[in-house]
Amino acid sequence: MTSQPITEQVVYQRPEALSDVNTHYCPGCTHGVAHRLVAEVIDEMNLRDKAIGVAPVGCSVFMYNYMDFDFVVAAHGRAPAMATGIKRCLPDRFVLTYQGDGDLASIGMAEIVHAATRGENISVIFINNSNYGMTGGQMAPTTLPGQKTTSSPLGRDVEQQGFPIRVSEMLAKLDGASYIVRRSLHDPKNIRQAKKAIRTAFETQVRGLGFSMVELLSICPTNWNLTPVDSMTWLEDHMIPYYPVGDYKVHPAVAEMKI
Amino acid sequence: MPPKGRIEVKEIICKGCGLCVDACPQHVIILAEDRINAKGYHPAELSLDGCTGCGICAIICPEAAITVYRQVAPAKENQ
Repeated sequence: MTSQPITEQVVYQRPEALSDVNTHYCPGCTHGVAHRLVAEVIDEMNLRDKAIGVAPVGCSVFMYNYMDFDFVVAAHGRAPAMATGIKRCLPDRFVLTYQGDGDLASIGMAEIVHAATRGENISVIFINNSNYGMTGGQMAPTTLPGQKTTSSPLGRDVEQQGFPIRVSEMLAKLDGASYIVRRSLHDPKNIRQAKKAIRTAFETQVRGLGFSMVELLSICPTNWNLTPVDSMTWLEDHMIPYYPVGDYKVHPAVAEMKI
Repeated sequence: MPPKGRIEVKEIICKGCGLCVDACPQHVIILAEDRINAKGYHPAELSLDGCTGCGICAIICPEAAITVYRQVAPAKENQ
């Protein structure tokens, strides 16, 4: 029994596509999880040499420091437009954008809708944390009804400020979009499902099947004034009922893909 | 016998958010109270035996600070 040497296998290690640096994100912020999932999928698909990322304006503006592949930063909200240009000039490259809700759903709404309806062959990672994180937690288009933020201290009043936008449902109505899904990052099971969705979205682009977007429900512990663990519970209790996790558009050609 | 594992936490990038402490199914991860890292956070560490190397802490870790190892049982001849 004891004569056999004990061997160890590595179950998990940091993906190579992540640079070995400290991030500036707050403790517990799920931007880190989303970055890691993107890096893992890039590694799995061996895309690091030909990937070009487009970073947004927002908390994730410094994403180019954290990912070990090519990156550009677009003007606020214009990441899909910039990605369109890159992809049309360099069709053999893999182009992804990574955008928050202030960037994609507010100032960049026109760009994302038109990129989707043109069926641009790009992949979009959309982080929905229901407020503007970088500027101090103001109300965003995705802020829930009644949610208190620094610019809606009495809670979002839908009579004054309207209803939150469900971006995935909206883009799923467009004929140009191929793969539109929403996932959550609040527990390990959902994180695994999010990774699968990111893989499918990236495969959609690699096989030339058109526009893909993965919306990821995220936490913002600092601006929600909660601990990271309580934020995860808050996300599950409040955000998922309004933003149900699911597949909103899967083109038959994407559904047939074998990964 | 459950498999045995261990984790290594890169203390310099751990931010002590505690998500791994909450997620660990064996409850063997704690935040080290006796020390802080360069950024002033209490880093996560393995406190007890009982880690199975399941990797759930690494899945939830926002900083990708955790490396997970699992012991491999010697191959049985009859299988």
